[in-house]
Amino acid sequence: MDESIYLDEARDPLIIAEGWMKDGKDVAIATVVETWGSAPRPVGSHLVIDAEGNFHGSVSGGCVESAVVTEAMDVIGSGKARMLEFGVADETAWQVGLSCGGRIKVYVERLG
Amino acid sequence: MDPYVLKTLNEERRARRAAVLVTDLGDGRDRIVREGDPVAGDLGAAIANAFRTGNSRSVEAEGRTFFLNAHLPRPRLVVIGAVHISQALAPMARIAGYPVEIIDPRTAFATPERFPDVALHAEWPEDVLKRAPLDSYTALAAVTHDPKIDDFALKAALDARCFYVGALGSRKTHAKRVERLLALGAGADQIARIHAPIGLDIGAASPAEIAVAVLAQTIHAFRSRGLETKGAVA
Repeated sequence: MDESIYLDEARDPLIIAEGWMKDGKDVAIATVVETWGSAPRPVGSHLVIDAEGNFHGSVSGGCVESAVVTEAMDVIGSGKARMLEFGVADETAWQVGLSCGGRIKVYVERLG
Repeated sequence: MDPYVLKTLNEERRARRAAVLVTDLGDGRDRIVREGDPVAGDLGAAIANAFRTGNSRSVEAEGRTFFLNAHLPRPRLVVIGAVHISQALAPMARIAGYPVEIIDPRTAFATPERFPDVALHAEWPEDVLKRAPLDSYTALAAVTHDPKIDDFALKAALDARCFYVGALGSRKTHAKRVERLLALGAGADQIARIHAPIGLDIGAASPAEIAVAVLAQTIHAFRSRGLETKGAVA
């Protein structure tokens, strides 16, 4: 268990996103905005993605990150935010479903 | 997300100040609300709840959908006194999600053998608090019974607006303490925030039971902490 009362700057997604921005990179921020059932990451969790597909943080236990990264590329390109939904009921469940049986909603937006 | 909003949010988080990031999921616009900033209506009530609970969620207000991401500093508990109560309090508080630091200049008390796996400072509170100041997301429990050790820390906790300040001792002991704190320059309204005798009244008899009472009182103070609107006060 992480017991530090201070931010873990090397691993904190929002700190990393700010650093990327300062380096002149295009960045997308994905946020878990809703969960149903047993979701692996709580509401408010972040995955941050740069235009090369580098990412930090997580929005699930690794089940849907690659799909979110792909969508984030489009969001960086278009500047238009997207709402993604993942769950076992999803038709893409076998590709990117949550094995735990939960459902999550992820908001993906461009930084700037 | 607005780059300036992200920069501001990270500044608040680094400084251990609470903030709620409010994002309009319809048009993507976002802004930072700090604890005590006045926000009217249903959205204001939802934001106040986010500050109190630390829970992030989507809310409907004013015919729009907002996502409220609550960024609360991690609360912590500073205990003045490496005593028997503290030995029970440290592991209990850690399990409850409140990391503990113990400060006691008496090296016979503050030993790693008595306090395994605890952040322990065998130094005067004056010295430790200079390095790592108290803040409003810190609780302070003074349990040494020794004014030389407790008083400075209590005054510092009141000045830093710690969300909980508790002091061990009977009512008689506390009456004398009040006099000393007044002499140190603390205001009567500040001093009234001190929980003394310390702990919820559960009839605690042993050091471990007193630790439960102190922890319960700390949690109660955290979850009901005053989120009074600055604008309303001024």
